[in-house]
Amino acid sequence: MYTQSFNVPDGAGKTVPLAPSTEDPALQAAFDARIDADGRIEPQDWMPEAYRKTLVRQISQHAHSEIVGMLPEGNWISRAPSLKRKAILIAKVQDEGGHGLYLYSAAETLGTSRDQMLEGLHSGRAKYSSIFNYPTLTWADVGVIGWLVDGAAIMNQVPLCRCSYGPYARAMVRVCKEESFHQRQGYEALLVMMQGTAEQREMVQDAVNRWWWKCLAMFGPPDADSPNSAQGMRWGIKRVSNDELRQKFVDATVPQARVLGVTLPDPDLKWNEERQHYDYGQIDWNEFWETVNGNGPCNKERLATRVKAHNEGQWVRDAALAYAEKQKARSIKEAA
Amino acid sequence: MKPAIDYLLHLADNALVLGQRNAEWCGHGPILEEDIALSNVSLDLIGQARLLYQLVASLKGGNCTEDRLAYFRDTHEFRNYTLLELPHHGPLSGYAQSSMDYGTTIVRNFLYSALMALLWEALEKSANADLAAIAGKSLKEVRYHLRHSRDWLVRLGDGTDESHARVQAALDHLFPYTQEFWAQSPAEAQAIAAGIGVDVTTLQADWDAIVDAALAEATLVRPPVGGYVTEGKQGIHSEHLGFLLAEMQSLARAHPNGSW
Ligand SMILES: [Fe+2]
Ligand SMILES: [Fe+2]
Repeated sequence: MYTQSFNVPDGAGKTVPLAPSTEDPALQAAFDARIDADGRIEPQDWMPEAYRKTLVRQISQHAHSEIVGMLPEGNWISRAPSLKRKAILIAKVQDEGGHGLYLYSAAETLGTSRDQMLEGLHSGRAKYSSIFNYPTLTWADVGVIGWLVDGAAIMNQVPLCRCSYGPYARAMVRVCKEESFHQRQGYEALLVMMQGTAEQREMVQDAVNRWWWKCLAMFGPPDADSPNSAQGMRWGIKRVSNDELRQKFVDATVPQARVLGVTLPDPDLKWNEERQHYDYGQIDWNEFWETVNGNGPCNKERLATRVKAHNEGQWVRDAALAYAEKQKARSIKEAA
Repeated sequence: MKPAIDYLLHLADNALVLGQRNAEWCGHGPILEEDIALSNVSLDLIGQARLLYQLVASLKGGNCTEDRLAYFRDTHEFRNYTLLELPHHGPLSGYAQSSMDYGTTIVRNFLYSALMALLWEALEKSANADLAAIAGKSLKEVRYHLRHSRDWLVRLGDGTDESHARVQAALDHLFPYTQEFWAQSPAEAQAIAAGIGVDVTTLQADWDAIVDAALAEATLVRPPVGGYVTEGKQGIHSEHLGFLLAEMQSLARAHPNGSW
């Protein structure tokens, strides 16, 4: 799932300098021309260091989001209320792991290893999508995450299929197909629950109430406060602004909520005839930044869980490596 | 019909309980590729369980469904091998907690898959055509599970000193539970008599050969067996199944009239 549609600087909030002024002017000109012509940059092509760094940061944040994103939904696998839903949920969480794999591979083409990226995540330097720092409290959260969180991720990610960096764009094509499948499955699960008991309908409404605003915040701060967006647009890494994407998401979601029979928890949400869009209320950016900066309800739990899995798996990875080396030595000996 | 039902429930419960256990790794694997591989195994097992429960439900008729069978039977009604309900760590009392050990997971998957690769193949000739069809599908899946777990058994056994010690300990812990495979239950005897089931003891020599070859390659020692023979397939379980079911069934039971 789930890139944050904007670049959160990793670390202490310092923005990476973007001016590519020290580079070779001829190479720079060729790169600029390719970008202007909407061409693709491939791993073997020359690229400005700042472009490379921005991409590594964005793609690895995206990969981390996929694997941290396995945790909130994984929380309900053991308790899924039917075998069909259990299978669907395992397959979904597994897909997210697969997205993590494609994205780590895409980032590796830029010269950063998976181990380096994981080290960034585990040390707390690298960010991941903030949406996963909220708890999944009921089974309805699983459906709502599919519908709204995967839904918001699709809005963010479809433009990335045209991203200027080839391996990232190609990974996104595959990812987006699966995300839209997740979105439909989540929505369908909610439709079924809404036709169930009164308690089930309450459960769905409660989950919508808790996730709606967090999903709107997933698109990142308003355009006026997004310093990195302009350079990202110039480089063809970002294609559509945060506010435009958010509006698109709201416009698409309101009719779906109506069909489902839930109320989106925003008294200011109404159709604006003049703009031909839905107006919506104020997002609590304070809460959003608190969570981005590590102080949300589950930040510590999510990160510690990833670190635990990694540390406790060390002996397994060591064994695989040792065995591979032994096998290599044996085959050399045989050949000799 | 009764012998078929008890026998099918045994096969179904095996698949569900191990599927539930393996899914516990989802998001916590030692390496991302293994998260994905174990989720695959788990999905296959839950898929097998569903087909078998659906078959039982159709035999029972009335308003029986796969989910009634999975979510609304109690511990003593489950017919799975005790081996499959154990947590992913060494021997501990039911309510004791411990981190998951990948060696335990791999050893169990190997021991069970080695059996099922033989059993599903034999069940392709079951007198129950539906079961034979499920066996055909499951056989393809279990061959992958066997390859996956065997590869890791060898890697861990012949990897580092630590991995060797861990996987040998897991083998020592789990191997005695395989005695249950060969101790025929009344339900198995009836299913065999009806031509629906297979006499597992006829597969024992082949199982031994698969296990011994893999252990030799993994530089592991086959533990001696003896002592208590578990009786999970007759509904007498370890302390662990109660906790597994309490968690698995909690939501479905909280909303018995819910639709999912
Ligand atoms: Fe994803
Ligand atoms: Fe997704």
